Amino acid sequence: MAGGMKMYGKHRLPGRLFVVEGIDGSGKSTQLMLLQKWLESEGYVVYFSEWNSSPLVQDVTKRGKKKKMLTPMTFSLIHATDFADRTEHHIIPPLKAGAVVLADRYVYTAFARDVVRGVSPKWVRDLYAFAVKPTIAFYFRTPLDVAMKRILGGRDAIKYYEAGMDLGLSDDLEESFRVFQGRIIEEYEKMVDEFGLVAIDATRSIEEQQAEVRRIVTEALTGTKRTRIRRWLDLASLAKPSQI
Amino acid sequence: MARFGFFGEALPDIDLEELKGRLIVLEGTDGVGRSTHIGLLKQWLENNGHAVLDTGMTRSPLAGKRLKQAKEGHTLGGITMSLFYATDFADRLENEIIPALRAGFIVLTDRYIYSLMARAVVRGADPEWLREVYGFALKPDAIFYLRVKIDDLVTRVLQSTGFDYWESGMDLHMGEDMYESFVSYQKWLLAEFDKMVENYGFQVVDASGTIEEVFEDLRSRVERAVAKNGHHS
Repeated sequence: MAGGMKMYGKHRLPGRLFVVEGIDGSGKSTQLMLLQKWLESEGYVVYFSEWNSSPLVQDVTKRGKKKKMLTPMTFSLIHATDFADRTEHHIIPPLKAGAVVLADRYVYTAFARDVVRGVSPKWVRDLYAFAVKPTIAFYFRTPLDVAMKRILGGRDAIKYYEAGMDLGLSDDLEESFRVFQGRIIEEYEKMVDEFGLVAIDATRSIEEQQAEVRRIVTEALTGTKRTRIRRWLDLASLAKPSQI
Repeated sequence: MARFGFFGEALPDIDLEELKGRLIVLEGTDGVGRSTHIGLLKQWLENNGHAVLDTGMTRSPLAGKRLKQAKEGHTLGGITMSLFYATDFADRLENEIIPALRAGFIVLTDRYIYSLMARAVVRGADPEWLREVYGFALKPDAIFYLRVKIDDLVTRVLQSTGFDYWESGMDLHMGEDMYESFVSYQKWLLAEFDKMVENYGFQVVDASGTIEEVFEDLRSRVERAVAKNGHHS
């Protein structure tokens, strides 16, 4: 924390930070992955950061979830701790170095989830005041039914906390998930204006959404550091057997 | 009217009316004898028929063990460290302290949010931010601040465990010399505690005397705090 603690909106860092938000099944991770591929092919230095990924806090979170020992308060604080570690080690340093940082979920996920769990909206916003304000935060707006179909169609089973089962909304996992995610959507919608989230209609085709995302990102990239332009063809030529 | 209150935003799902016990905090820097006095107070209170829960920092089942390991690895950033402690504190508050207060226990706690805030401020955290974060803490019935001068502190630490990495604030990189670092760090903490005396209504207890003298003083203060009825001012 050399130089004092900087608050949301007060950081002055040369890099760019793009984040994606939305409920499970909104397709945000797919969109972020496509954005990453494209940015790399364009020669930007890209750094990827995921929600709940710091090794330091991960096992506490896992243990707490597995044993169902988390209250709304400790659930909130343990995720904030994890996020602080990410911020201090994986977000601020690459931004200082002028990189493009991509984050799958950001503080807005916490604001939505924790408030639905009954935590004070003001308190949780104050809690995360140390976060770097993103260059752009995309919100993938998805009707609940669409998201439900995508999730139930495959992937992993719905997990206890993802479904908000700790809230006792319903004994049925699927029903609890539906009610919980519905409330999360309400919170996201409130934040669109509050934080200037850029809403993307996530019912459109993947290609259409990605084109819009790239157009918005391009505008925000002016002046960002690039290495040489490296396209996949260059790599393919390296992989060729040498001719003697 | 409920006896207890929160500093800031309330915890979800807590009915303050139900909390009938007493919350008593012992604060002070490292090596002032907090744990010795908690042990003595507990015994004395139990002899007088009170049920007592004694608790301290970094002991929660959720994060306590990991927090110790992380400290040993010295890998935590300042904000992360502050929040890890806050998580641990919330776990103890909700799962130990509040249930005990509900059951009518006297809760004696070795340190409270004040130590956590002082340590975090010294490591660069914003004091205003910390106040907001710890807004969910319950206001204690009494806070006894065991105060000693820095010279006494050095003597005591030398007589017991010696200087350790964290108590010397070595993570702040103020210098290679552990003694000098210890003195600067502990002075800094003392200054932070002194700032809190008025803001949080600490009762200052002179901890430079013998164990017997200090305990005598503490015991009469605890007696008054336990006898006190009604809600918090």
